[in-house]
Amino acid sequence: MKKILNRRTFLKGSLAGSAAAVSLGRSQKAMAKDFEGYPESMGVLVDLSRCVGCRSCEAACNEEQNLPAPEKPFNDFSVFDEMHHGQKRRTDETRYTIVNKYDVPEIDHPLFRKIQCNHCQEPACLTSCFVNAYTKTPEGAVIYDSTVCVGCRTCMVACPFYIPTFKYSSAFNPRIMKCIFCYDTRLKKGLPPACVEACPQEALTFGHRKDLIRVGRQRIREGKDQYVDHIYGEHEAGGTAWMYLSPVDFEKVGFDTSVPKEPILNFVKDFLAIVPMVLTIWPALFAGMHLLATRKDGIKKQKQTEGETE
Amino acid sequence: MRSTLMAALSIMIMMAIGALSPNQSFALDAEDAPESVELDTLSDLYEPVTFDHAMHVDAAACVECHHHTTGQQPVDPNCLRCHANSGEADSISCGECHTAERFSPEDLKERSNPDLYHIDKPGLKGAYHLNCVGCHEEIDGPTGCQDCHAMTEKGKKQFQVSIVPPKEGSKKGVHE
Repeated sequence: MKKILNRRTFLKGSLAGSAAAVSLGRSQKAMAKDFEGYPESMGVLVDLSRCVGCRSCEAACNEEQNLPAPEKPFNDFSVFDEMHHGQKRRTDETRYTIVNKYDVPEIDHPLFRKIQCNHCQEPACLTSCFVNAYTKTPEGAVIYDSTVCVGCRTCMVACPFYIPTFKYSSAFNPRIMKCIFCYDTRLKKGLPPACVEACPQEALTFGHRKDLIRVGRQRIREGKDQYVDHIYGEHEAGGTAWMYLSPVDFEKVGFDTSVPKEPILNFVKDFLAIVPMVLTIWPALFAGMHLLATRKDGIKKQKQTEGETE
Repeated sequence: MRSTLMAALSIMIMMAIGALSPNQSFALDAEDAPESVELDTLSDLYEPVTFDHAMHVDAAACVECHHHTTGQQPVDPNCLRCHANSGEADSISCGECHTAERFSPEDLKERSNPDLYHIDKPGLKGAYHLNCVGCHEEIDGPTGCQDCHAMTEKGKKQFQVSIVPPKEGSKKGVHE
């Protein structure tokens, strides 16, 4: 029986074809795609069991980054009870880092968690930015260039940790505000960020990311029951330069434990890979098909006109 | 500042050692310790601390702060593996082992030595606070920042203490 190419079988075939293209693209990329971060990347290990909520890091950050004056002084601890729209404090255009307090029933004292940009190894903000305003430096910082930013705020949607914030007070000169790991003033000279230097408890440990993982493992091993057996940020979102140790389950101190253990980019990589194919192959393919399909009509028409003239 | 502290401490140690007769044990004695120690190496945002050593000698054993350096046996079995008989150290000053230049490029370079055992040794500021605050919490000692050291003018500027917070209810953008 002669196989008839109808619309349904054609669509089926093309679907199978593009699926093959996608899986092929995936396997080809799999060889080179696993970027495990810059080998000399620096990082910070935040130990929640050491933080006493003194807010020295917030004060140091404000001064170092020339941020606007806060509403309350940095030695005012009533900020820990503030609720904004039912949420604890978060980073915004006036503060790149904040410390929040958590009362956890199994521990007789409150726990404090410092929040700032985690400086992902494969940042979602960077990959989502269509003007390349973000750069991941070999030292580990995710920095931002306001001169090219168009203010689309896609990075704010892309970030799994809700870190980049928009300077709404200057919407016509768009600017994203977020922690830059003190890159310009400190990190590129090999110095620790201002918050780390200010911390009295060494709750923030600065060092090579790979060394910090060893330190974290050692604290978990030697601290016996002091920590949960997990370094948040070792694998979250594909690995982050800033990592956390906690004495209680991470979700009890405000962490999003549903953040995937692979770069956010992986979820769109396959789709993005077929975009060029769609844009280049499809127009030629369909134009060709159209020409083939209408060729008969053209010939018929030509014959008709030839017949008329005879 | 660091050198004056070191000098003061080493003089005290020498005096302490000089007071011992040659046949006595090699461990340092609490009675030979200084009455008070001025902790001023790190003073910047806060004033130096005059540490009442004599008072703390009654509250804690030497090893609780000085680890294995005073010649007594450490309590932690993990430390005992190497320091059961390591004896009295040349200097028992905190800053001798816990660097005031924590996270400096030199410090990080030292720490990337693959043969280093103490990879997680706190710097001087961390050592002071972790040891002091940890114990003070347990025995209800003072734990507020300014309970131990007053803020300097520079500290007041950095913490922006002159800001008067807006009155409750008049805060803009704050709900609930």
